[in-house]
Amino acid sequence: MKLSRAAKRTLLAIMAIGFTFIYLPLLLVVINSFNTNKSFAWPPTGFTTEWWSKAAVNEGIRDAVMRSVITALIATTIALILGSLAAAAITRYDFFGRDTVSLLFVLPIALPGIVTGIALNNVFTNFFGKLTFFTIVIGHATFCIVVVFNNVAARYRRLGMNLQEASMDLGANRFTTFRLVTFPLIRNALVAGGLLAFGLSFDEIIVTTFTAGAGQTTLPIWIFQNLFRPNQAPIVNVVAAALILVSILPIYFSQRLTADKE
Amino acid sequence: MQRSPKARAASLISLPLAWLLIIYIGSLFALFITSIWKIDTFTSKVIREFTLQNFIDVFSDRAYFNVTIRTLVVAISVTLICVLIAIPMAFFMARIAKPKSRPVLIALVLTPLWASYLVKIYAWRTMFYPETGFLNWLISPLGGSSPGFGMIAVIIGLSYLWLPYMVLPIYAGMEKLPNSVLDASADLGAKPGRTFFGVVLPITWPAIIAGSIFTFSLSMGDYITVQILGGTFQMLGNVVYQNFSLNLPFAAAVALIPVIIMIIYLGSVRKTGALDNL
Amino acid sequence: MRVGKHRKLAALIAAGTLLLAGCSSSSDEGSGAYAGPVKDTPGTINVLAWPGYAEDGSTDPNVDWVTPFEEATGCTVNVKTYGTSDEAVQLMQGGGYDVISASGDASLRLIYGGDLQPVNLDLIPNYVDIFDNLKDRPWNTVDGENYGVPHGRGANVLQYTIGKVNPAPTSWSVVWEPNSPAKGKVTAYDSAIYIADAAVYLMATKPELGITDPYALDQTQFDAAMALLAQQKPLIAEYWADYTKYIGAVQSGSITVGTSWQVIANVLNGEKATVGAVKPVEGATGWSDTWMISSKTEAIDCAYKWLNHIITPDVNAQAAEWFGEAPANSKACALTANKDHCKLYHAEETDYWSNVYYWKTPTEECLDGRTDVMCVPYAEWVKAWSSFRNQ
Repeated sequence: MKLSRAAKRTLLAIMAIGFTFIYLPLLLVVINSFNTNKSFAWPPTGFTTEWWSKAAVNEGIRDAVMRSVITALIATTIALILGSLAAAAITRYDFFGRDTVSLLFVLPIALPGIVTGIALNNVFTNFFGKLTFFTIVIGHATFCIVVVFNNVAARYRRLGMNLQEASMDLGANRFTTFRLVTFPLIRNALVAGGLLAFGLSFDEIIVTTFTAGAGQTTLPIWIFQNLFRPNQAPIVNVVAAALILVSILPIYFSQRLTADKE
Repeated sequence: MQRSPKARAASLISLPLAWLLIIYIGSLFALFITSIWKIDTFTSKVIREFTLQNFIDVFSDRAYFNVTIRTLVVAISVTLICVLIAIPMAFFMARIAKPKSRPVLIALVLTPLWASYLVKIYAWRTMFYPETGFLNWLISPLGGSSPGFGMIAVIIGLSYLWLPYMVLPIYAGMEKLPNSVLDASADLGAKPGRTFFGVVLPITWPAIIAGSIFTFSLSMGDYITVQILGGTFQMLGNVVYQNFSLNLPFAAAVALIPVIIMIIYLGSVRKTGALDNL
Repeated sequence: MRVGKHRKLAALIAAGTLLLAGCSSSSDEGSGAYAGPVKDTPGTINVLAWPGYAEDGSTDPNVDWVTPFEEATGCTVNVKTYGTSDEAVQLMQGGGYDVISASGDASLRLIYGGDLQPVNLDLIPNYVDIFDNLKDRPWNTVDGENYGVPHGRGANVLQYTIGKVNPAPTSWSVVWEPNSPAKGKVTAYDSAIYIADAAVYLMATKPELGITDPYALDQTQFDAAMALLAQQKPLIAEYWADYTKYIGAVQSGSITVGTSWQVIANVLNGEKATVGAVKPVEGATGWSDTWMISSKTEAIDCAYKWLNHIITPDVNAQAAEWFGEAPANSKACALTANKDHCKLYHAEETDYWSNVYYWKTPTEECLDGRTDVMCVPYAEWVKAWSSFRNQ
């Protein structure tokens, strides 16, 4: 498509405005993590690294990050297994009720999180008697499955059955075919789906508040508890700024992976 | 070992399906069934006796009709704003930016998803402060002032949060556009604008719908952003949140509203193939 | 075979759903109080507390009476704060918490719901020093059985930002009347129990309604209170339930006046005096809180030790001073850093409390003793509040 220079410049301007919109609040977060004023009035009153040093030694943050990481790892693992199984079944086979099942696998992220949250809370408090660490994992895994499913299903759809059939025609059994042919081809989708699922679980707050047991503080819960406290709010900004910085590289690499196509 | 394709499909799908049905659908049923039950008015515990009072309360009270409309207005506004910003951005990234810079651009769009939801919304809260906020500082030389907390702030905040979820599917859809189609359109004499509206948009329409499923659903159920940016403004999510501990049956009845709306929406867009574009 | 498979699946789902829907934990009936003696078993207790009641150094490193307890007893304490009694009830019913500082509008709901166990006061040595007029009150004693130890009491104060609201208010009219100088910057408590605050104002401004107890409202009185709330809404910037969010809003200037707790004013005045806080002439709602023990706790010894610790004269004095309330332990008055603390908070008087209406749960049987009318129960308060907030 040949676009006039004016059109290209307009689009570039929109891109610039769009990215400004996206990054302005994040810039504010980073600035406020160095702000001497604790109430974040604008403009900032002074520069200090006090909050960064306090955050580095804060035990609450470390425990919360650990808990979030472990939760996300377990939830993502469950999601990778169950999501890819479902993706294979739905995209490669035709069976009775397939369309309904396919719709089912969209529901956990299509229906509002608060509904999922109170539904799980209701079942957990009545069935298990209380909320624990595992109730968080179960909640997260449920929507993580959908994310992985979407990514892997999209990949399977582009793949078709030809390679798998060719491999089996050449004598490989089903398992070997999966190991040597199918898996390498969907591997990138698994990584992309897994990363997205990990990220969603790591930052999840709505379902988590309804499924977290007493004392089970994930990072978003820790942030929620400290967000408005005058002495802690700047530290919360430090945590957010650190998260942004830490996540840039993995995201970039996962994008490079999924961009590898033809 | 020859197993029929149906058996293979069944063995693949059984575990994930069981998880979804028992844990997710099961708990949804357990929730919505309470909407026909009562509560002990003193202890707030659910009593399993049939009543339609919860639905009568929801439908007879004008306030809940108002809050449903308000929630829909916000969800639609947020979706529109996201679409308007995402389409040019996605088009630029998918078709104008050099292929080498595409992963960088996408990474830049995705990175904010890793900054905590709460912190982002709190940053907006400080921006909206009536006197000391950033927005006020920015536009008061022009004679304006911060809109303060309320519906506008909520719409802006939610649009900000969900924008990446709209950019990604549209980008994926636009990337898949075969160059041949665009070339053919130009060859037939169409100017870029005509090609865009006549060829690009219709082909990427499923992807746009896919993005809208996210923005719509996430806005329909949100209550945290509303609490932080909304002032006295409330949406359906807040109604559910306020009532779920003291009157679960009533909260369940209210929760049916966004669920039914989303199911209708999903059902009507299924034909566009949007669900394959998520 | 296809159909059969689906039938089995359907049966599995149905069974699972019924199982999930039908299971509920039965309330602990007839579980008597712990006989004791309190042993030295280590354990972990999850404590549900009003903000400021169980400080563990995270708000202010110098304000901590949790860590000394942990060091002395070997019990680990996790504190979770909540913003409203409704949230407290919800968290307690969700399970996993061992101890709670319940206000009168939560305590009976939890007791009748089977979430709390009676407390054997013989196992709590410090109980004898509690003020007599806080012992055996209707909100913590049922059928002669005690369910906890009092923590302290206070009034919900009218807080205003110095210099922003002139003249300094002495009446609730500044938050209720349409011509309020603070229009658009008022706040109110985001819970159905706030309807009682409207009733308190009506007691003074519309005596013809005949309200004597703001928690005992018949339909006419209740409707008047809801009308007053509707009149107030245009004045409100935000309703508050999170005290830290409230503090931030006052600091940023988006809120200048409204109902508050003394601890909020104390934190705001920490570096320099920014707000004033008064009990207005019409009186106020208030609270008298009790530390109570969950019926399902697995760390009963630690729970009893906590109850005894928190009402130790020294700890009670620290907590009462930090929060800004009248302590429950009579010996605490001698130990407060500010020697006038108990006088300031009227801990040893009775007159001051005559127009402070402690939070309690409204029931259909009128709490003021009227038998000719039915009063509006709390479940209806919640419904009306929810409807009102969404108008």
